[in-house]
Amino acid sequence: MVHWTPEEKHHITSLWAKVNVGECGGEALARLLIVYPWTQRFFSSFGNLSSPTAIVGNPKVRAHGKKVLTSFGEAVKNLDNIKATYAKLSELHCSKLHVDPENFRLLGDVLVIVLASHFGREFTPACQAAWQKLVGVVAHALAHEYH
Amino acid sequence: MTLTQAETAAVVAIWGKIAAQADALGTESLERLFSSFPQTKTYFPHFDLSHGSAQLHGHGSKVLGAIGEAVKNIDNITGALATLSELHAYILRVDPVNFKLLSHCILCSVAAHFPNDFTPDVHAAWDKFLSQISSVLTEKYR
Repeated sequence: MVHWTPEEKHHITSLWAKVNVGECGGEALARLLIVYPWTQRFFSSFGNLSSPTAIVGNPKVRAHGKKVLTSFGEAVKNLDNIKATYAKLSELHCSKLHVDPENFRLLGDVLVIVLASHFGREFTPACQAAWQKLVGVVAHALAHEYH
Repeated sequence: MTLTQAETAAVVAIWGKIAAQADALGTESLERLFSSFPQTKTYFPHFDLSHGSAQLHGHGSKVLGAIGEAVKNIDNITGALATLSELHAYILRVDPVNFKLLSHCILCSVAAHFPNDFTPDVHAAWDKFLSQISSVLTEKYR
């Protein structure tokens, strides 16, 4: 079980309350696909991913980004039990989706950058540290059931 | 992985704004690095790493200064950072994973300060550029 200090919990929950999940989720996924184009390998059914403009405007990218970040919210709600929260999703990503767990780390870092750009000064080093810990824990949980 | 013309332009375009606050951004990037990835502090046992420390400020300034040199010589980063490359290979010997961590923290600082300029294109170009700098700095490791 992960230990969260009261400060870390505060940084996570207070920022999360202000996050526009649809907007940030879509942006994070779009940036993942733009900055690390090889990640597009998982989204051949998404249609036009031929340019940053196409990716940002792609409705499937936005919808999926929202889905992913909404799921992330489950971690925020269950900070003391993240591994169990993601057990089924982990199995899905391994056996059905065949996603290399490295991609969870990449997306986590992109999400942190999106939060930095949305919250600016408020996204202090201490706030970032709490979020880096969270994205790391989520990535680990999603990889946990891999076999 | 070389920068395309468009990527070079994207790197250079935002550099002016970054350069104007280079010291502050460099310092902030290091603070982000040491807070989020405490293991990186092991390379600085001789430093006062507290907020506001002169050493932290001085080093942040140095790091962004070197990036500035790379921007100025973007078509020959290898040449521009040759001495730094040797320093890292033979004296500092910072484990290569740490360049990714610092690059990430630099991107966070830039995103936090210039959200409107840090478009996905600029983000991609800078990620690639910092990755190139990291390659140059670890080129001579073995």
